[in-house]
Amino acid sequence: MSRIAGSETEVAIRDLRRRYIPLGSTFVAILLVLMPLVASSPWVPNLGFVLLITWRLLRPEIWAAQTALGLGLAADLVSGAPLGQSMVLWTAAFLAFDYADSLLGVRDYWLDWILAAAAILFHSAGVWYIAVLMGSPAAFSIMLPQLVLSILAYPIAARLVLALDRWRLMR
Amino acid sequence: MALGKRRPGFSRRAQYGRFIGYVIAVGGGLFGALLLLLHMIHPEGLGPIRGAALDVTAPVSGAGRSVAGFFGGIGGTVSDYFRAGSQNARLQRELDSARRELVARQALAYENRRLMALLGLARLTDDEVTLARIVGSSFDAPQRLATLSAGTSAGVAPGQPVRSADGLIGRVLESGRWASRVLLITDGSSNVPVRLVRDGTPALAVGRGDGTIELRTLEVGQNPFRRGDILVTSGVGGIFPPNVPVAMVSGREGDTAIAQPLADPARLDFAIVLRIYQPAATGPLEAAPPQTPAPPVAGPARPAGAPGQQSDPRYQPGLQQQRPVAAAQSPAPGAPR
Repeated sequence: MSRIAGSETEVAIRDLRRRYIPLGSTFVAILLVLMPLVASSPWVPNLGFVLLITWRLLRPEIWAAQTALGLGLAADLVSGAPLGQSMVLWTAAFLAFDYADSLLGVRDYWLDWILAAAAILFHSAGVWYIAVLMGSPAAFSIMLPQLVLSILAYPIAARLVLALDRWRLMR
Repeated sequence: MALGKRRPGFSRRAQYGRFIGYVIAVGGGLFGALLLLLHMIHPEGLGPIRGAALDVTAPVSGAGRSVAGFFGGIGGTVSDYFRAGSQNARLQRELDSARRELVARQALAYENRRLMALLGLARLTDDEVTLARIVGSSFDAPQRLATLSAGTSAGVAPGQPVRSADGLIGRVLESGRWASRVLLITDGSSNVPVRLVRDGTPALAVGRGDGTIELRTLEVGQNPFRRGDILVTSGVGGIFPPNVPVAMVSGREGDTAIAQPLADPARLDFAIVLRIYQPAATGPLEAAPPQTPAPPVAGPARPAGAPGQQSDPRYQPGLQQQRPVAAAQSPAPGAPR
């Protein structure tokens, strides 16, 4: 692939790639919930949420808080969770990130991971509490495997997002 | 708010844009909370939207399910070859004992049919609505749901019980045109009235959310469960037909017992959707069809509508007590709240 776009079409394709890779990759992660896997307890990380916060932490400038609202609606419809659950939790996480950014200014990798862990803990607790409100009184301990796996998945998601980001901005 | 500390520059337009962005985000979040509240008060209200989304996404899971089943089956098939000899001997023993049991059971079934006919008791419904594939489940949420590849076009409606050849799976929660979602019996909001096969002790099977079921007896202070006990549905409540296997007791905890469901959704392919055992159980009181009282087996005829008396042999206490509140929220015990 040459470094200089050869035609108008190629310019347009690169522009689309630059714009929509973050959104598209997050949407694909949301769709992974349709994997034909039948599990008896919730141990798989919420991949959509993990990828969403990874993009948000590594590229704070590309998304405003309302992006999480739309993606949350999509996630609710796809996964069959109570409608509004991801809309509320994801947007709240984004607003909290905005606030944290205004306080902290500069973040490094470890601080990112800590913030991601806090967001994942908030998300798991929120999902569990909404399930309890909806009449599924399960113990919080059933969420622990998912919580640990999600926090450990952040570095992997960060590498994936960085690779996608390099490809997105490649010239 | 500390948001003012980092302004996007001196441009008024950029500042207003940022502010409006926050207004949209917070407003949208409140709207989401409203949807959640709506879902909590009236779970069926958003059914059409959720059903449509289900129709769109279910075929994706369905296409992948056969691939997953193929790869999942390889391990078991290979190991079967290595254990063929010992397995053969064991299966032979099991077959012998099963054959003896079958003969005894056929005699019992005949006797049972004869006695039921004598009492005028007949099952109202014993036919199935449809056969469908289980194509997926919620594996990252505390709600235990599975997706079924049949919807309203095949006659599936919310509330219907779902079983497999092994045992009870759950009941239909919401249905789209070609797909529906099933609340598994392991979900915390699922209550199934069951009884012990050994001695008929009634109990309630409540999901725990982690793939097991908690059994609660109706009597205080004693724990009738033993390891290995089988539980079947009792038919109380009118939703689940009686005598569908539900779970096997795996351990005891104080007054309750923990059981493993007999139908493991992870290994299932096909599920049978059944009709609601007694359709009157789900509707409001007025909508229930009048049931003609069967003639009593012996003794003089009682007046049909006498208060405090029950001439209908299909009378079920659990069903009757719940009726006054049926229109409000919970149709019967065993219904997801």
